[in-house]
Amino acid sequence: MVERRRLLDFLPHLILIIGVAIVAFPVYVAFIASTWDAATISNGSMPLRPGPHFAENYYRTIFVGTSSSTREPVGTMMLNSLIMALTIAIGKIAISLISAFAVVYFRFPFRMTAFWIIFVTLMLPVEVRIFPTYKIVADLNMLDTFAGLTIPLIASATATLLFRQFFMTVPDELVEASKIDGAGPMKFFVDTLVPLSITSIAAMFVIQFIYGWNQYLWPLLITTKDNMQTIVIAIKKMIVTQDALTEWQLAMATAILAMLPPVLVVVVMQKLFVKGLVETEK
Amino acid sequence: MEKRVVFNGKLLPYLLLAPQLLITLVFFYWPAGQAVLQSFLVQDAFGLSTEFVWFENYQVLFSKPEYYKSMLTTAIFSSLVAFFSLSIALLLAVQADRHIKFASGYKTLLIWPYAVAPAVAGVLWLFMFQPSLGIVSQSMRVAGFEWNPLLRQDHAMMLVVMAATWKQISYNFLFFLAGLQAIPKSVIEAAAIDGARPARRFWTIIFPLLSPTTFFLLVVNIVYVFFDTFGIIDAATQGGPAKGTETMVYKVYSDGRSGGDLGGSAAQSVVLMVIVIALTAIQFRYVERKVQY
Amino acid sequence: MSDVRLQSVRKVYPGGVEAVKGVSLEIADGQFCVLVGPSGCGKSTLLRMVAGLETISGGTCSIGDREVNEVEPADRDIAMVFQNYALYPHMSVYDNMAYGLRNRGTPKDEIDRRVREAARILEVEPFLERRPRALSGGQRQRVAMGRAIVRKPKVFLFDEPLSNLDAKLRIQMRVEIKKLQRALATTSIYVTHDQLEAMTLADQLVVMNKGQVEQAGAPITLYERPITIFVAGFIGAPPMNLLDLPVTGLPGLALASPPSGPVTLGIRPEHLELSAEAGSLSLDLTVTAVEAVGAESYIYGALGGQGPEIIVRIPGRDLPAIGTSLRAIARPENLHFFSRETGLRLN
Repeated sequence: MVERRRLLDFLPHLILIIGVAIVAFPVYVAFIASTWDAATISNGSMPLRPGPHFAENYYRTIFVGTSSSTREPVGTMMLNSLIMALTIAIGKIAISLISAFAVVYFRFPFRMTAFWIIFVTLMLPVEVRIFPTYKIVADLNMLDTFAGLTIPLIASATATLLFRQFFMTVPDELVEASKIDGAGPMKFFVDTLVPLSITSIAAMFVIQFIYGWNQYLWPLLITTKDNMQTIVIAIKKMIVTQDALTEWQLAMATAILAMLPPVLVVVVMQKLFVKGLVETEK
Repeated sequence: MEKRVVFNGKLLPYLLLAPQLLITLVFFYWPAGQAVLQSFLVQDAFGLSTEFVWFENYQVLFSKPEYYKSMLTTAIFSSLVAFFSLSIALLLAVQADRHIKFASGYKTLLIWPYAVAPAVAGVLWLFMFQPSLGIVSQSMRVAGFEWNPLLRQDHAMMLVVMAATWKQISYNFLFFLAGLQAIPKSVIEAAAIDGARPARRFWTIIFPLLSPTTFFLLVVNIVYVFFDTFGIIDAATQGGPAKGTETMVYKVYSDGRSGGDLGGSAAQSVVLMVIVIALTAIQFRYVERKVQY
Repeated sequence: MSDVRLQSVRKVYPGGVEAVKGVSLEIADGQFCVLVGPSGCGKSTLLRMVAGLETISGGTCSIGDREVNEVEPADRDIAMVFQNYALYPHMSVYDNMAYGLRNRGTPKDEIDRRVREAARILEVEPFLERRPRALSGGQRQRVAMGRAIVRKPKVFLFDEPLSNLDAKLRIQMRVEIKKLQRALATTSIYVTHDQLEAMTLADQLVVMNKGQVEQAGAPITLYERPITIFVAGFIGAPPMNLLDLPVTGLPGLALASPPSGPVTLGIRPEHLELSAEAGSLSLDLTVTAVEAVGAESYIYGALGGQGPEIIVRIPGRDLPAIGTSLRAIARPENLHFFSRETGLRLN
């Protein structure tokens, strides 16, 4: 920067450190709460340092479950969330890859119609069509199934647009070289196009995994059985508003467990995550 | 833009498109169509007969004060979240941009809340501000400030605004930082040589150059507040107390849940669809402009 | 036999644009044929039709004894080297070369043998495990050639393969391509817009313009006896001086035996010499610019003081001063006369 004064040099750090602290504080509090016992928390005397009940609380949360509101252990729910997130992420990527491939690399009647049909879904988020969609899933007998939980969320205009955009940048000569090398469309797709798209696919995966894992409204409606619950909806059910029965230490342990996988994905795959965010907003 | 080189295939492209189109038609267009159709119908109390009533459902909807209340709530909620998350993110991004060396480290420390589920964010903030045991509300009580989001609407609103802002800062920070780093350093150096002090430099040079990013983020944030904060509200306040935090999206859900007025609920959905279409249109106009630059 | 025969080949694009307007060519087995012309003349389209990357709108294309109009590119027994190399970026050099053979089900040890042999010929053995992005432009070019030769095709097709290289490398690779083609004796079609490349590589040189063949033949024939004004102006650097002669003649120009009607007169810069005498063509010039490029020099002069610009090539570096008047003369056998109306050669 242009100025070379010490105060001006330090001030930004100070502001950033305060910012980071404020951003981290809620999670820190949750973590602290997850290491104390119910009594300490509910009488409002929880200190701001870790307590002695870490192992006990997490063991109970993962393998046993809370005593009242949700009877399933959180371990099962995490598994459900994982299956849901992976199915949604992989499903979205798979069907978007092939539809972008069709739209970009073939000429056929109603090509643009198909493209627009997919594109317009951007304007139909699940929130605005929630009950009619619920009714269809119910009519198809897909309530309380992973299919019902995931398939309606698998269509993706965003991913299709992203892959289409990427495919447009792949040089035509590669297609021609493949043709001369005796590769048909599907062989070109598998041998060349998909390997070339691998960073875009990975970036998309990071974004869609987070999207899938954090689903709330949809699983709330579609799942009624305890053993189909995902961790994100379970945590809300653990909090009995205006009720001292809430086992806050377990709820907070669940909250920590619920954010751990997506946060890890973002931190570990930061580059891909940023790429995915930036590219899906083009 | 079109590819010059393509493959031949009559059936194959349709097969490739089939899964996406099938899901779209069954789970997007059909229910959306249902909602539109439903919004023109009135069903009797037993669901035995339906009648086509044109815009009656809409007239009823727009004659209800609570619908205007939910609109107002949405407007307040959106503007507060947009304002706070954009200004805080911009403040942090500008600081990080001053120390490029550390920028990526701060980036890592600031972006992760994006990955936290809205419902989880709601619970985290609820816990801190829980009137009897929350760590922040207790300190406030000691300071002589009675805090109770379970009883007071404005406190509840502040709670969801804080939770929603907290989650959105990371996203805005990323884009602001990228926007700042795209401003050529020579422009800022030229301003410094022209005698502009840092604060003045920010408002006369950097902020105007950043305005496309800001505008883009504004639209994205409004879309976010409209649709992605459902989990925060449901986890932290359930739209309460006394519907004080019931946004339009939350109202569709809670009205639909309680059942009964199918037509009215559908009309609400259609109004939301119109809003999304408008927001998307604005977003794409922006993208078009960006391409021209 | 792997000769290539084109009979009245046409290409009409869906919009109605006719890129190639009936081209007939015979390229003998083992011959190196170069298609040259300005951009948009249809040379690349023609090559891509031989490759099967463009459909043929009219006429026939045969490779060997087989008509290939409807044959897929992979089944035409051709190999192609692209301008931007078109290497698969995610595959190693080895896999790039092996991919086509694998797709045809060639046995593994045979693939390995061929790839290694090609790598040895092209001196890319040390890079076999590298990705294309880790190679220099020249190395990528070699890999692209390697991918072509491992196939042992009937025909090599080159689409401006050297235009992405710098000048020095381009000359080096040009020599290597020629050597390689001699050694393999494979029929080759080579597209370029660089007339020097065209002259040096070709057994048969084909000059194209506006979708048609202007002239085809041995390079030296095209140089010595261009049959159209276009070929006369296109082949040779610096280009041939072309003067539109009205019946009344031009000031500063004297011809021993003037033509009867209006013609275009062509004379190459290297066929002009400075002299005080009168030749069968004499040009009186006022020097406007001079260029010394080392072994030879170019004099630019205005005919008759202010007429059209004439280029004279002289050996050595003994240059006249700007503004001086001098005379350039030519022998009768070096004069080219073209019809002003048809553009065709008259003498």
